[in-house]
Amino acid sequence: MKCYDVVVIGAGVVGCAVARELTRYRLSVGVLEKELDVACGNSSRNTGMLHAGFTYRPGSLKAECAVEGNREFDQVAAELDVPFKRTGKLVVGFTEQDRKNILKFKAIGEQNGVTGMRMVTKEEIREIDSHAGGEFAMYVPSSGILDPMEYTIALAENAARNGAEFLFGRKVTAIDRKEKGYLLHTEAGEDVQTRWVINCAGMYAPEISEMLGYPHYPAKGFKGEYFVLDKKAGKYLAVPVYPAPNEKGGFMTHATPTVDGNVLVGPDSYVTEGREDYSTTKEHLDGLISDGRKMFDHMESQYFIRSFAGIRWKRYDPETGEILDFLLEADDDHPGTVNLVGIESPGITCALPLARRAVKKLTEKEHPAVNEAFDPRRPGIRRFSGMTEEERKHAIEEDPDYGEVVCRCENVTRAEIRQAIHNPLGVCTVTGIKNRTRATMGRCQGGYCETRITRMIEEELGIQPEDVRYSKEGGYMFTGKVRDER
Amino acid sequence: MRDVDAVIIGGGPAGLAAAVRLWDKGVRNLLILEREHELGGILRQCIHDGFGLTRFGETLSGPEYAQRFIDQVEARGIPCITDATVIDITRDKRVTAASREGLVEIQAKAVILSMGCRERTRGAIRIPGDRPAGVYTAGVAQAYINLQNRMVGREVVILGSGDIGMIMARRLTLEGAHVVGVFEVQPYASGLPRNILQCLDDYGIPLYLSHTVTQIKGKERLESVVISQVDDNRNPIPGTETEYPCDTLILSVGLIPENELSLSAGAELDRGSNGPVVDEHHQTTVPGIFAAGNVLQVHDLVDFVSAEAEELADSAAAYLQAGSLSECRLQVLTDGSVTHAVPRKISGEADFTLSFRVRKPAKNCRIRLVQGGETVFEKKMAKAIPAEMIQIPVKASWLKKNEDLEVKVEW
Repeated sequence: MKCYDVVVIGAGVVGCAVARELTRYRLSVGVLEKELDVACGNSSRNTGMLHAGFTYRPGSLKAECAVEGNREFDQVAAELDVPFKRTGKLVVGFTEQDRKNILKFKAIGEQNGVTGMRMVTKEEIREIDSHAGGEFAMYVPSSGILDPMEYTIALAENAARNGAEFLFGRKVTAIDRKEKGYLLHTEAGEDVQTRWVINCAGMYAPEISEMLGYPHYPAKGFKGEYFVLDKKAGKYLAVPVYPAPNEKGGFMTHATPTVDGNVLVGPDSYVTEGREDYSTTKEHLDGLISDGRKMFDHMESQYFIRSFAGIRWKRYDPETGEILDFLLEADDDHPGTVNLVGIESPGITCALPLARRAVKKLTEKEHPAVNEAFDPRRPGIRRFSGMTEEERKHAIEEDPDYGEVVCRCENVTRAEIRQAIHNPLGVCTVTGIKNRTRATMGRCQGGYCETRITRMIEEELGIQPEDVRYSKEGGYMFTGKVRDER
Repeated sequence: MRDVDAVIIGGGPAGLAAAVRLWDKGVRNLLILEREHELGGILRQCIHDGFGLTRFGETLSGPEYAQRFIDQVEARGIPCITDATVIDITRDKRVTAASREGLVEIQAKAVILSMGCRERTRGAIRIPGDRPAGVYTAGVAQAYINLQNRMVGREVVILGSGDIGMIMARRLTLEGAHVVGVFEVQPYASGLPRNILQCLDDYGIPLYLSHTVTQIKGKERLESVVISQVDDNRNPIPGTETEYPCDTLILSVGLIPENELSLSAGAELDRGSNGPVVDEHHQTTVPGIFAAGNVLQVHDLVDFVSAEAEELADSAAAYLQAGSLSECRLQVLTDGSVTHAVPRKISGEADFTLSFRVRKPAKNCRIRLVQGGETVFEKKMAKAIPAEMIQIPVKASWLKKNEDLEVKVEW
């Protein structure tokens, strides 16, 4: 049986950040994840914004962590070698009501400690981004864009390099409280023993919370759908442009550039009951097209390459219906536990600040020794597409696999795919390779490279065709060979 | 940096035919760049027959058809670098390719674009639903089965009646899968009539017109698709939903000329064909850069790809000899009756091949070429369908030298 000092349940962005922060101490850390990779849930199903923190209630954990997470992100991105651009954000308005709402949130932002926000005129808007609409706007210089998938992977890989173990395909089904810790039962059938449990189960956090003996915290799912637009549309958008928020701080459909040069249009927002209801719908995609056109004048079908959905599971008060703050708790009635519930947007921005607060609950109790060998850095896969011509020549000389382009749309080479297949977490799904390299993410959506990637997975890992997985355990790519090879 | 007279981007049917003809026209300092390990392009995975009827008067498989050209390339000793992916073409005809030996840098006097096309994807046509394994474009499924010996599934729904989709319906059936049916959103098939007969009818595979997939279901592997009937505007009709259990969905919903490199070279694209705007010399809007085959316009038969590439080679050889080609000031204009036209610019002083497709099936229609309100050519057709490319060998003697040319199909 696997035994750890600490088990983190859930390998979303918060779980991976917690795992990484735990490895700063001499603790054995295990991460149990029900899927076959990190960030399979809502950590990857969002806009990829590094939020500034001007829409959250002053004094709330959300506001505190968002501002803290925003401030430190240049350093975090450098340490973890992840793409990040501090683009700033325009919140544009057309009417006096818009101005009122914007000013209200500007004041809230200032109270939260967001710096540099300023109102700008129509002319100044055009100077910041010539394609942005609006009669006036608030410019928020500290907002930025990042790749939430790559960021989560980087946190996890850094945790793994510093000693954390990631166990995939392990859904926790029950938790027994023992004299010195907890026994976790998993769907895979094997049990895991641990002294501490940190609940980072995202949308399933209420269930884990109950398993740990905490109350039932009801949550409501707000689903949003997105379009991913071709990089060709990316040249028309430099800065995220948001419409003025409504009085509650909610934003309508908007357009956001991604760090890779695509454009995301969305999300819309509607209530869903399905915990993992990530399917897209005709009704909402049609809505995104008409609403998206108001914010982005190049919302054209020739640029559509994909759509997806994410869900913000918000904790709420069942009596008043009020949406509640992030919850981070640990008490003596539930020794050896830290409970994080209702972590949703801005979870990416808040992940490390939340992780530090969660780990503090543990270190305050038992003062573990510091891990002297902890290295905060994690090297990413060097991307051929981002290299200069000289760097490319050099890279191919050192490793000829850098000269073999596998994914034509995104210019991803065999060297990158090979490194992704042998990733530190041991993930070997097709989407795992995709999320580590961007192969198949371009306009042909794998039409050229997918057959090459599946073959490389088989060859590099020595597995049979029927064992290649798209993204989930039941998501086989092949029923087998067409016929036996002689 | 290697200096060549002509560099050919892609060793598929268009590139091979262009290379052979250029050589035979005396252009000897030329080079084919091919990203695969072998020449032949998409034909390598098209192991069914039906290729070459027009050109060779016999029916060949894709690899056999390609081999005829590869043999000619080899017999002439035409230089060729395989396993080299072109990553950039500049306006002044500098071409960069990546290969295991390093970056290949070419300075060419003429560039031949023959990159072929790619398949339209699920994202582009916005099929809503889940995102399970088991959704393949027809060409990807074909590559898995024919090149990699990997079977993609057992219970198959095919969306789109493109030629590859119908060919894969037969292929999957032959390999023991059950094909539930081929569903086409338009009220007519988008592939060739012969494929409906030989790939669907002969195997009892039903073709449902005016139907489309409105939902994909399955959290891990595909479990079912919902199919709806569509109205005249291709909108799903509520109440007509039928759910078909299946583990595989094959998409054959159109081909798009692959022009990322053409754009990097500065070539203008045509919104009708999605290929470069070319003149009667197959020259793009960048002088000395030419295009033919599926990168220019999606063809129905490979035989016509070869012929188009040979016409291109004649012009490119003339360009290399003279340093420029006659100016093409006249526009070729189209209305809503056709999808596109190639070429878009003519001189009015030379013969050329006019290619286009009708937008909708038409019976007893009239094709008219009009200049300045006057019909310069007229042809009656008993039947015209979008699946078939129409080609007209236009004679200079028909044409006026100072009026744009309008292409009209009337019925």
